[in-house]
Amino acid sequence: MKRAYLALESWFNVSFGTEWNPMYHLGTLTFFLFWIVLVTGLYLFGIFHGSIDGAYDSVEYITHEQWYIAGVMRSLHRYASDAAVITILLHMFKEFAAGRYKGFRWFSWVSGLPVLWLVVTLGITGYWLVWDELAQYVAIGSARLLDSLPIFTSSMASNFLEGEMTDRFFILIEFLHLLGQPLILFFLLWLHVKRLSNVDINPPRGLAMGTLLALLVLSFVKPAVSHGPADLTSMPTVLQLDWFYLNAYPLMDYWSEGKTWLLATAITFVLMLLPWVPPKKDVPVAVVDLAHCNGCELCFDDCPFEAISVQARTDGARFEKEVVVDPALCAACGICMGSCPSSNPFRQSEDELKTGIDMPSLPVDKIRSMTDKAIAEMSGDTKVLMIGCEHGFNVNRLDNNDTKGLKLFCSGMIPPTLVEYALKKGADGVMIVGCRHNDCFYRFGNLWIDKRFTGERKPILRKRADRRRIRVFGGSETDKKSIEKELQAFRNEVMQIKDEPASSVQVEDKGEQDA
Amino acid sequence: MLNTDNKLFQYFLQAINYSFFMAVIWYFSSSPSYRQLEEGKSIITVSFAHAGEIKEPCHRRTQEELMALPPNMRAPMDCTRERSPIKIEISLDGNLVYSESAEAPGFYKDSGVDIYHAAEVSSGSHRLAIKMDDSVLKEGFDYTFEQDIELKPAQILLVDFLPGRGFLIK
Repeated sequence: MKRAYLALESWFNVSFGTEWNPMYHLGTLTFFLFWIVLVTGLYLFGIFHGSIDGAYDSVEYITHEQWYIAGVMRSLHRYASDAAVITILLHMFKEFAAGRYKGFRWFSWVSGLPVLWLVVTLGITGYWLVWDELAQYVAIGSARLLDSLPIFTSSMASNFLEGEMTDRFFILIEFLHLLGQPLILFFLLWLHVKRLSNVDINPPRGLAMGTLLALLVLSFVKPAVSHGPADLTSMPTVLQLDWFYLNAYPLMDYWSEGKTWLLATAITFVLMLLPWVPPKKDVPVAVVDLAHCNGCELCFDDCPFEAISVQARTDGARFEKEVVVDPALCAACGICMGSCPSSNPFRQSEDELKTGIDMPSLPVDKIRSMTDKAIAEMSGDTKVLMIGCEHGFNVNRLDNNDTKGLKLFCSGMIPPTLVEYALKKGADGVMIVGCRHNDCFYRFGNLWIDKRFTGERKPILRKRADRRRIRVFGGSETDKKSIEKELQAFRNEVMQIKDEPASSVQVEDKGEQDA
Repeated sequence: MLNTDNKLFQYFLQAINYSFFMAVIWYFSSSPSYRQLEEGKSIITVSFAHAGEIKEPCHRRTQEELMALPPNMRAPMDCTRERSPIKIEISLDGNLVYSESAEAPGFYKDSGVDIYHAAEVSSGSHRLAIKMDDSVLKEGFDYTFEQDIELKPAQILLVDFLPGRGFLIK
């Protein structure tokens, strides 16, 4: 499944580039679609007549009389809603395929499921409001579903008999669709991203414009239309269902209300339990060492999961602040260690290198030793140290006499001084191979490393480091060919400059993958 | 290998992707069509709310029983709250098509019962018969209804029940 996802991602990288790749922006794209639904919905609300007698006629007016604005708005409203189901399902598929639902991510995964169900019910109440034959089918089907639960003492389906339907019930559905459900949805979305820092809810402008344009074209080519008006004295026979939202109803006709509930409940439970099946081994989380922390807050700024907070100093040191790690939120990615200025392998004050915030299972001292060992083991003419991460390409696959891989938790775990240290200790070049560009397993690892090397984010790579001997490249497990090609190109460049004195030139930063 | 450096070519590929995305929405937003009711079929819906009779007759308390109660609870009649279940049988052309015995809802089983049943039947002429029993104290069915009906294709025939009038077609 992961390979299928990576192949899809590669295809989109070819056609959209890494910045606009929709697979990297499924969450923000869904937010954008919600905005379209909200804006178009507000416009439609101004014209819509919320009563049994007026609803259908007002929707017909929207569709046919004022087709050029309101009709387009209606179509956009429907198709953006449909698109949101696709992006949500793709989002789930991506996170599942990439293994980004376990461990510390359980909260985002579990809190995302109610969003899916709520969006579906929001769509259902939307179809209800049109009060055409499809609405009649949806209303009676929904009532049957609710009646099958041992909750209501009176039959809800009996509200949809000739002469029984009242405007009050209709207004209740209107209230649900226009206010109740959207409010709950916004709350759930807030909850869904609550454990993330630097949350971006807007997709890249180009992707947003492309999506809006595509939806607009579809709205003009195939405007959304209604069925015939609802008639409670006769049964609609053939229906043009929106299968994104209404697929449960035919299933209920074919099976029963009870079995449909059972299936929905079973799917929900299985999905909810996934983060713990099989149980994930606990990884030791980041640990703060106040003796080496000056409260600079760089780790606080860089943590992608809001696991680090800042508080007043407690150890009597002369610094104002200190950082605290919340173990329940820590992903053990090590990005904080990479951002700590104390994670400097050149420090020689103690036998054991210590830093302000460290990873117990892979401390900075061990990383320095591993770096020394890897460089010592290389014997070729052009020694290239490849530093990779656990979730991208396995850099050890390219080990040979002039190439050695050093695998960390995340590329963001690399302190810029470590690269400088490796060059000083005998590596002719350092190639960093993190996850694919814009698709870091820990969200910001490869982004932060880029910014540290270009001097946009502290701790920066010092100017005395020869940037020509440093290469940053993104790649996954299926990108071996392109990484080998990039490595060879890098090696050739390093060979040419090997004997030149170090100078400051622009950092190479590429992120192409195998197409 | 595709040449991704060519912006125009990349836009062309994007157009293909967007077209595919929109084609999926185009199709599944209204297709395939779903036939809910076969041709030549109609619906008979029986829907009403009715409370069954009290399950047990009231009992007049004896003097001893009254004295055993606190002064503020000495009501002369002792009536149970529980109501009889509603039994209903629907037959079409002499064939039983629906039968149900619905217990009164509520913690004390003292509320009215909602009956809602929609049956798919062939359109045309039929003999509809409905029987309902709402008391366990009396033998047999307390209400019966029988009528010839003519159903048009896709028609929903609604049968209601009103206390005092019995079953009626709306």
